[in-house]
Amino acid sequence: MTDMAENNRAVIKLKEKYASSILDIKEFRGEVTVTIKKEDVIEVCKFLKENLQYNLLTDVTAVDYLGNDPRFMVVYNLYSIPNKDRLRLKAPVAESDTTIDSVVPVWTTANWLERETYDLLGIKFNNHPDLRRILMTDDWVGHPLRKDYPLQGPGREPYKGRLS
Amino acid sequence: MGVDQPLGDNIITTSLDALVNWSRKSSIWPMTFGLACCAIEMMATGASSHDLDRFGIIFRASPRQADCIIIAGTVTKKMLPVIKTVYEQMPEPKWVVAMGACACSGGVFDTYSVVQGIDEALPVDVYIPGCPPRPEALLYGLIKLREKIMKEKNSFGNAIGLGERLEPAA
Repeated sequence: MTDMAENNRAVIKLKEKYASSILDIKEFRGEVTVTIKKEDVIEVCKFLKENLQYNLLTDVTAVDYLGNDPRFMVVYNLYSIPNKDRLRLKAPVAESDTTIDSVVPVWTTANWLERETYDLLGIKFNNHPDLRRILMTDDWVGHPLRKDYPLQGPGREPYKGRLS
Repeated sequence: MGVDQPLGDNIITTSLDALVNWSRKSSIWPMTFGLACCAIEMMATGASSHDLDRFGIIFRASPRQADCIIIAGTVTKKMLPVIKTVYEQMPEPKWVVAMGACACSGGVFDTYSVVQGIDEALPVDVYIPGCPPRPEALLYGLIKLREKIMKEKNSFGNAIGLGERLEPAA
């Protein structure tokens, strides 16, 4: 861990209060990323919003690290309008149990962001008020941004490059 | 030809067909319907410097008044049912123009969410290549459609309820 992450105001507070939840702290080009256990996501998010003024959730997404365990990493990009600083929060989600608690009670904007993450990557958000697909049609099968989803869709011969 | 022409194929019917075809080709009313960047090019074609109005091509805001639909852009699988509904709402006779690479074949979007050519769902009369086609290309395509309409047979007979309208073979 570099000095910058060490001196980050959120990292200092999180290490005081949630030392057991933190899995990893990283800094890259001025961006601080904190990885936490998925069970504590609601509690940590509430603390970050109410005590550290991270009042804007700019994005919720997930990354599919196919072949790794845990396979998915849910990513929360936070911004504090009064402090003008950012924090990235990550939580690993295993393929065997692709669920994580919804942060809609903390930031209402998470509603559609979590629906997108559910739609495209199949992460199920517990206690989400309206967990439906948002981009794909309601009858769509599968989650297209997963790395094992065929690019040209199921039922089509995959493109094998130019043959001539 | 002549398979289903109850009025026959003589100088009277062909003249009447020509009259009907001429009036149809001179008033192609396309549906105001754009899907992507091609729609911008379609608007440019309709605007004053290229001026579709001089061909009697006037965009209509309702499918009930339109007899042509220009598929101007990428057709996603989510949009396809909407396009089908609009097409079904248009009265006969109706023509379909696939404008641009996406509408013709899916274009660069060789992916799960995009229909690989609108001809999977609708009967296309004219394909216009380009990404997007310039207004001149769209004009050329619409002139080709006019030529195609002019070659139709039994359009008079069909208009008074006798037999099918016979489209020329491609």
